[in-house]
Amino acid sequence: MKIHIDEAKCVGGGQCVVAAPEVFDQRDEDGVAFLLMENPGSELHASVQEAALLCPAVAIAVAER
Amino acid sequence: MTLSRIVVVGASAAGLTAAETLRREGFTGRLTLIGEEQHPPYDRPPLSKQILKGEWQPERIALRPAEALDGLDAEWLLGRKAVSLDVAGRTIELADGVQVPFDGLVVATGVRPRRLPFARELDGVHALRDLEDALKLRDSLRSVPSVVVIGAGFLGAEAAAVARELGCPVSLVDPLSAPMVRQLGGDVASRVASLHRAHGVDVRCDTGVTGFTEDRGRVAGVRLDDGSEIPAEVVLVAIGSVPAVEWLRDSGLPVGDGVLCDEFCEAAPGIVAAGDVASWVHPDHGRIRVEHRMNATEQGMAAARTLLGRRLPFAPVPYFWTDQYDVKIQAYGRPCADADFTVVSGGPDGGPFAGVYGQNGRITAGVTWNMPREARALRAQVIERAPWPRPAAAAANG
Repeated sequence: MKIHIDEAKCVGGGQCVVAAPEVFDQRDEDGVAFLLMENPGSELHASVQEAALLCPAVAIAVAER
Repeated sequence: MTLSRIVVVGASAAGLTAAETLRREGFTGRLTLIGEEQHPPYDRPPLSKQILKGEWQPERIALRPAEALDGLDAEWLLGRKAVSLDVAGRTIELADGVQVPFDGLVVATGVRPRRLPFARELDGVHALRDLEDALKLRDSLRSVPSVVVIGAGFLGAEAAAVARELGCPVSLVDPLSAPMVRQLGGDVASRVASLHRAHGVDVRCDTGVTGFTEDRGRVAGVRLDDGSEIPAEVVLVAIGSVPAVEWLRDSGLPVGDGVLCDEFCEAAPGIVAAGDVASWVHPDHGRIRVEHRMNATEQGMAAARTLLGRRLPFAPVPYFWTDQYDVKIQAYGRPCADADFTVVSGGPDGGPFAGVYGQNGRITAGVTWNMPREARALRAQVIERAPWPRPAAAAANG
């Protein structure tokens, strides 16, 4: 699974961290999301998909591979 | 009931999310999306921010790449307007007379800008709801005109900030006591007023608008209820929205302030609604209608699941944000003007802070001002309905 965060689009809503706290966190200074891991295991794929769906800025792209 | 054809009316965030959820959760029948606009689904929050400012081109706000839309295996009727619904006959009629039958229906037609009672066609007077509106207003700001924004809610306050950042002289007029006071309450709203004033906006609160002055078909100024007039080359009317339900008037569907749904987002058997147009019974808040971006996604998912028989009461924690100048305000829950409010961290001087709203000794909503990480912590407190912070603690931090 390949995850991409568009930092310019991210609005710092933190919905991704709520959905998948193992995978996403937010920068202290501006709340922009970043990845805690590049390649989350399959047990986390559903919550990563949920994070991408819920993102109010459509800033998370997920590619299965 | 097994559905073989589901129609989604409204091809924006809520409608698209509903369609995607239907497919993802196993609906293999015929799926049709009807959209009044020509465009494939796009994101609206940037319209009053990056698009208006000219920082982003329209391609940037597509909600999905073309291949993702193709992957939905849906029929797209874009640039087509639904004009009536026959609930008993399970049919939608389009403006061109075409009849679209369905067994399952998602109503996601959103809202339209509310119009001033005296509004008539004058060059230079704008509304802002869709992409064309935003591009037209963006282009009109290129000559750095004097701007009057009527209405200091989300849209008006954001657009005023953008116009000011582009160098325009800006007046922001609202009949209420402060910008966004209905959404944020008096304390935070007074900070929003200070923010705009610090950037040079002429903030006129407690002030109504009675009419326009014009010069040969073009707006020349805005008349206020104190008898004065503000000269204006460009006027933005941002006085809220009304649900786009006129096509449902004679349908038999319950319609009031939006499509009236139950707690499952269902308005009639096999007919659900989602997004700005949907009024539903929130288990904690009673009947509400929410015009926020986050809700469009969450309710699109919930409404689709109801259609598929996976019925759960829709009980989200409402979330919204707004960007004005270099300030990001985020809120969880439903802040309201008559709730108690206290600052729980940060300073009183226009800098970052976090605050909570409450009633009956419990936290019911939280807000942050340039403290995005704290917003998430407040979300947890809102969900728990945490006890109201003790005055000593609030004072020590505030």
